Amino acid sequence: MKIGVLALQGAVSEHEQMLADCGVDVQLVKGVTDLIDLDGLVIPGGESTTIKKLLAKASMLSVLKDKILAGMPVLGTCAGLVLLTQDDALNGLDGQVQRNGFGRQIDSFEENITITGLDHPFPGIFIRAPYLETVGPEVEILGKTFDNRIIAARQKNVMVTAFHPELSEDSSIHELFITQCVNENKMN
Amino acid sequence: MRETGSQRIKRGMAQMQKGGVIMDVANVEQARIAEAAGAVAVMALERVPSDIRAAGGVARMSDPAMIEEIMAAVSIPVMAKVRIGHIAEARILESIGVDYIDESEVLTPADDVYHIDKNEYQVPFVCGCRNLGEALRRIAEGASMLRTKGEPGTGDIVEAVRHMQKVNQQIRQIVATKSEHLMDMARELQVPLNLVQEIHEQGKLPVVNFAAGGVSTPADAALMMNLGADGVFVGSGIFKSENPAKFAKAIVTATAHPTDYRLIAEVSKNLGKPMKGIDALSLDQHDKMAPRGQH
Repeated sequence: MKIGVLALQGAVSEHEQMLADCGVDVQLVKGVTDLIDLDGLVIPGGESTTIKKLLAKASMLSVLKDKILAGMPVLGTCAGLVLLTQDDALNGLDGQVQRNGFGRQIDSFEENITITGLDHPFPGIFIRAPYLETVGPEVEILGKTFDNRIIAARQKNVMVTAFHPELSEDSSIHELFITQCVNENKMN
Repeated sequence: MRETGSQRIKRGMAQMQKGGVIMDVANVEQARIAEAAGAVAVMALERVPSDIRAAGGVARMSDPAMIEEIMAAVSIPVMAKVRIGHIAEARILESIGVDYIDESEVLTPADDVYHIDKNEYQVPFVCGCRNLGEALRRIAEGASMLRTKGEPGTGDIVEAVRHMQKVNQQIRQIVATKSEHLMDMARELQVPLNLVQEIHEQGKLPVVNFAAGGVSTPADAALMMNLGADGVFVGSGIFKSENPAKFAKAIVTATAHPTDYRLIAEVSKNLGKPMKGIDALSLDQHDKMAPRGQH
């Protein structure tokens, strides 16, 4: 199994390490040709405005959008959630995103989160994090903060978290993505 | 239930900036140009380093009103500088909610013995370093991010290269040292032993390390990324160039694709003149900023 990590900007090596710990091959994705033969893709945390511009510059925005629409499994964390939700970016998840929804860096926080499909509280690391204000009917909400903001969700092949599993020592979100999104897609 | 200001939150913020360019901006218009070009953050300051160098006198924290205007104008993180050791300037910037504080040798130091105890703050700090001793002392004080010092405001890359090479060379040295000799290394570098042990085990710094001080062209950015920088600060290099918007975009592209030389060639074409600059080796010792705050 080979999973890509979008490697234009952000927490790339952290995801790379975590996927390697899950026992999958990792491909860093910097251009369209790196997308060939991938079983899934991770879009890391970083600055969403920067990554969006670099995607456009690398002529990857529409290619990636089409691949996601065609069913390529994708996990987006923080900036990845923003890009997967915005209509003018990747538009892979039906919802309204609030960027920097919890405030500035000074308001960034850690909170243990209950995630559907995990048997233990997940250490959520929220850094200038977004949240989903609303989600469409096909979206399954996987987790909320204690003040009821949607911070993890899934729509078919697209899984998103507003927090950074790649900064924790817990690989269970990545495992969930591999077992639920990637393996299911391979079986179909 | 909710914890703010933890080490993981503060260091994590810097990890999210990796592979990106942080640009010095002196007003709202420049901040918008930086954001539109794809900067991962802006550094709000009244005068860019080359102007500070030219003006002389004492350089201090910028007007909080100017910093707040920039915070309101862009959605990317906003950083601002305080003088080395100036805990009041740091608390003031923390109170207005800047996303990162640069305890910077570009400003005139307020304390020539002690840096700020950065562990005491909710807001993360970045500090400059010329070698691993400076780097680990700043980390021990609570810096969540490092950058080379370079020689600010010169547009000359030679000092940033020297500092990046030095830090990485010293890391390799520690990795190769027998564990029973790490105490000697710690003594020599004048740093805590536990940080030397951590480097010995991990083979890398526990925080990200950006290049800063003299980056003026896309090729300079690519050079620093190839030497192991996690990202790039550009001070005077963008808004002292002939065409700031084009320079900014080109430097963002080169930082994201530092080994794609055809692409860097493409974005480097017809950029116009970079900042004029000063040969850093021609500076008198007392005109250098990098040696400030070395303890």
